[in-house]
Parts: sequence; C-alpha cells; structure tokens
Amino acid sequence: MNNEENLESDRNDIRTMNFDVNEIRNLFPILSLRVHDKPLVYLDSAATTQKPFSVIRALEKYYEQQNSNVHRAIYTLGEEATAAFEDSREAARKFLNAEKTSETIFVKGTTDGVNLVASTFGESVVNKGDNVIVTQMEHHSNMVPWQMLCKRKNAEIKYIPVDEKGELILDGLEDMINEKTRMLSLVHVSNTLGTINPVKKIIEIAHSRGVPVMIDAAQSVPHIKIDVQDLDCDFLTFSGHKVYGPTGIGILYGKEKLLEMMPPYQFGGEMIIEVKFSGAKFNELPYKFEAGTPNIADAVALKPALEFVEEIGYQNIYEHEGCLVSFASEMLSEIEGIRIIGNASDKAAVVSFVIDGTHPYDLGTLLDQMGIAVRTGFHCTQPLLEEVYRLPGTVRASFGVYNTIDEVNYLIDCVKRARNMLL
Amino acid sequence: MQEKTLKETQEDIIEEFSLFDDWMSKYEYIIELGKHLPIVDAQHKTEEFKIKGCQSQVWLTAELKDGKLLYKADSDAVITKGIIALLIRVFSGHSPEEIINSDLGFIDKIGMHEHLSPNRSNGLTSMINYMKNYAKIYAGQSVQ
Repeated sequence: MNNEENLESDRNDIRTMNFDVNEIRNLFPILSLRVHDKPLVYLDSAATTQKPFSVIRALEKYYEQQNSNVHRAIYTLGEEATAAFEDSREAARKFLNAEKTSETIFVKGTTDGVNLVASTFGESVVNKGDNVIVTQMEHHSNMVPWQMLCKRKNAEIKYIPVDEKGELILDGLEDMINEKTRMLSLVHVSNTLGTINPVKKIIEIAHSRGVPVMIDAAQSVPHIKIDVQDLDCDFLTFSGHKVYGPTGIGILYGKEKLLEMMPPYQFGGEMIIEVKFSGAKFNELPYKFEAGTPNIADAVALKPALEFVEEIGYQNIYEHEGCLVSFASEMLSEIEGIRIIGNASDKAAVVSFVIDGTHPYDLGTLLDQMGIAVRTGFHCTQPLLEEVYRLPGTVRASFGVYNTIDEVNYLIDCVKRARNMLL
Repeated sequence: MQEKTLKETQEDIIEEFSLFDDWMSKYEYIIELGKHLPIVDAQHKTEEFKIKGCQSQVWLTAELKDGKLLYKADSDAVITKGIIALLIRVFSGHSPEEIINSDLGFIDKIGMHEHLSPNRSNGLTSMINYMKNYAKIYAGQSVQ
C-alpha cells in the first residue's frame, strides 16, 4: 500500500483495514511449514502466538552481539546489554501506559506474575477469616495461587459466577464484596470462552469498597489496548509469548505504593543493595522483585514484539480478528450437532466448540491430520468446563493477526469431514 | 487351533495396516475398532479403574482366566478406544509373563508412530503401563 493512500484512508475512516494479511504472514517464518504434508493452519494463538522475524532476529542479535550480564558491569558490552534490557522495560512501560518504569517488573510470564502477587501482597494482606474473589472463568494460573493462599491463611476464596452465554454475573458482586475481602483478581479475556470482561467497571466497584484488583491480561494484551492508568488496576500481568514475543518472559505491572509495601518474592543477587552477615537491605523497585540473573535475551526480544503489535495497531487487529471470529462462529453454527461454548456479546479471538456424540480429543486428532493446530481439552479452566458447563473439554480455535478467512473456511471443511468420520 | 503369539498378532496388524495408503483409511479403521472394543462393565467405570495421563477418560480392567489375562476397556473418545482395542488384541489371551516381557514393535511399523507417539496426549504410554502393571500384579510382581 502506498503511504499517501494509507494516510488518506486513516483520515477518512479509521476503521478501514490497513494491512495486508499476506504481508503479515510473510513476517512469520513458521507459517510456511507443512504438517502431515499439508500447509500448517495454526489456530492455537491463545496457547502461544508465533514469532515474527523481528523477535527472532533480536534473540539472535542478543546472543551474537550483546550477551553479558546486566547491571553492575563496568565494561562496554555489559553496558550495552543493560541498555537493551532497560530499553525493553521502558517499551513495556509505554506499552501499558504505566506511569513509572519502577512499576514494570520482568517476570517469567502470567503465572509467575500472579504467584508473585499472591505470595507477597496476598501473603501480607490476607489473614484468617478474610476472603479473596476471583471468577469461575479463571485460568488455573489465576485460580490455584489464590486457592493455595486462602488455604494457607484459612481464608475463603469466592467465585464470581458465569452465565450460560459465558458472561460474568455481576449482579451479586456488591454483596459478595464485604469488609473481609482483601483482593479481587480476574481475567480480562477468557482463554476458553473468549469473553471480554468489563474489567474497568469491576475495578470501579471493587475500589469503591476499598478492594485492590489484579488483572490477568494474558489473553487481552494480544487483542486489546491496555492502559493501566485508565483501568486504574492495582496489578496487571501478561506473558510475552502470547503477544508475538518469546516464551519465559512477561511483565507484572503494580502500583508503586503497593509494590513498595510488599515484601520481596525471592531472595538473592540483583534484589539486594547491601548484604552483611547479619542481614540484607533490599534493592529499590523494580529490582527488588527481580532476584538472580534475569532472562535478558527474552526480555530484550519482547520489545520488537510489542512494537510489532503497535505498528499494526490495535484497531486493525481487533477488526481483522473480529471478522475471523464472527465468520468462524457463523459457519460452525451451521454444522449439525455443534455447540459453540462462549457466546458473550463482547468476544476476543477465540471460538470454543463441541459436537454432540464426539469427543474433543477425537476431533482435534483428526484436524491435526489435516494440518490444523487447534487445542482440545480443558484449556486450563477445568472447573469452568467440568463444573459449570459439564463438558469433557472443548475444541478451541484461536486466532492471531496472521490468520485468514481462507484458513477459517478450511477449518469448517475439515470439521465437517472429521464429524462424518466419527459419527 | 493354536493360539497366536503376541508377535504373530502384531504381524497381522502390521499387514492389515499395510493395505491402507492414507491416514484417513487408517483412522477410519481405528475408529471402527474403537466401536467394537470390549466394553468395561458399568460398575467398573470408576476412578479406581481410570487410566491417568489421557486427555479422554479411559477405564481398564483385567481378569486372569486359565492362566491368561483378559482385558476390557472403554473410553469416551472413539480414537482412544480404537488404540486400546489394538493393544487389547495384542495382549489379551496371553500369560502375565508373556505380556510383561513383550515388545510392542507394531506401533512403529504400522506407519502410525507419529500419531501414536508417547509424546502425544493420547496416553499411549499410560495405557501400555497400566496393561503391563495388571500383568505384573497377576504374576505377583511389584508395581512401581
């Protein structure tokens, strides 16, 4: 597309699709793979997204030209690695619109982020008889750490219920929150149902009762612009690998005043300012929460991933993926015996389904034979599927910015074919 | 009639699969086998008889009759049923000692290795372990 045209369309209609999906696909080397001698159709981006060249190159460049340990190095290479590492932190701060760099902590991923908060903040504020609120649609990573905390503390864990459509039932929230509620932690976008939760509204309700809120943004960051100041969340965490970045790196955002009052998570190098035989003084934020040599390479390569998303633009991503989800849902619904699980009015790039008389595992196995990568099972939301929906799992197709309408069409054909084989 | 050895049954299966030239026919055959699997009695479909490590639910029982082990299984996924039907066809009707010492070479040779590899979440490894564990129990050996 030529630049003038691009500008023109921006001016005229911000909703115009501003990218060519084939150009985007060319940035992802893995998408040209063949599986079982068929072109790979990758529909598992909610599990992990594929990586563009810019991210792969950044990893190579780091190990080829920058590798050395960060902070405290007095030599040039060490300074360069530190600069690249801190540069990436600054990119993440900007990406989330956090006020301060000190509020942007590198973690391993969302699971690590939740565990950090549950083990430090949670450990400090939750006591016997208190309660913590999560939702029925949490990923295990934002459920089990709170369950364990409550068990340790003899506190109660409460679940905001989910309705038939896959939306949170918020009517009872005001009553659920009481003077013993110490924390509310919830998922922004459900990895199983695709539901986009009204987190801003929920944060307002919780704050009006003095309850801090943590947001699991693992599934929203790839699809929706996050502004932590606008949301006013107290904590928010996401994984790099779900937003076109490397595995093993993620971000935990926390409000400075809360991070300051929290005890450290782990102890060792990097997180101290002074150590004596008699004890240690801890480093300032964000280093207080980054014990040991960090995952430098993956942290550095997170920056081009975030830039990739920003360059395409969330409006474009949302529109493109929205088309894929609507089209897939519509076409799938026409298949006999199919049930789409998760029909929230506001949905991100996930379509979960079951077909009467077939097991998700059977469907997934046959789809794999046809080159399609989908996920089957509980998607780490076992209580939601088993205890709310009474299902043995679902087949989940999830989309990234690189998926096409042709791929959705192919999925539909293959689901029909698999169904005929099984029934 | 002389009972077939474990090795002979495996050779039969390899020959049957050699007739199929694409994955679809192989899977159609496995699905067909699954539909005819010896079904576990309803009272045995409990946690006690469930195989851990499969994405679908699998129940397995075994009894010793005249020195030979006879297996029954069921699953809520038909491909899993088909896979376990193949294993039962190989193992059932043999002595615990034969089963313990058997080598399941047929999985590699029916051109399904990439589909039935232990890395997949189909629980193939678990199924084989559970079946061999039954043999060990009946042979009076300890089970890990």
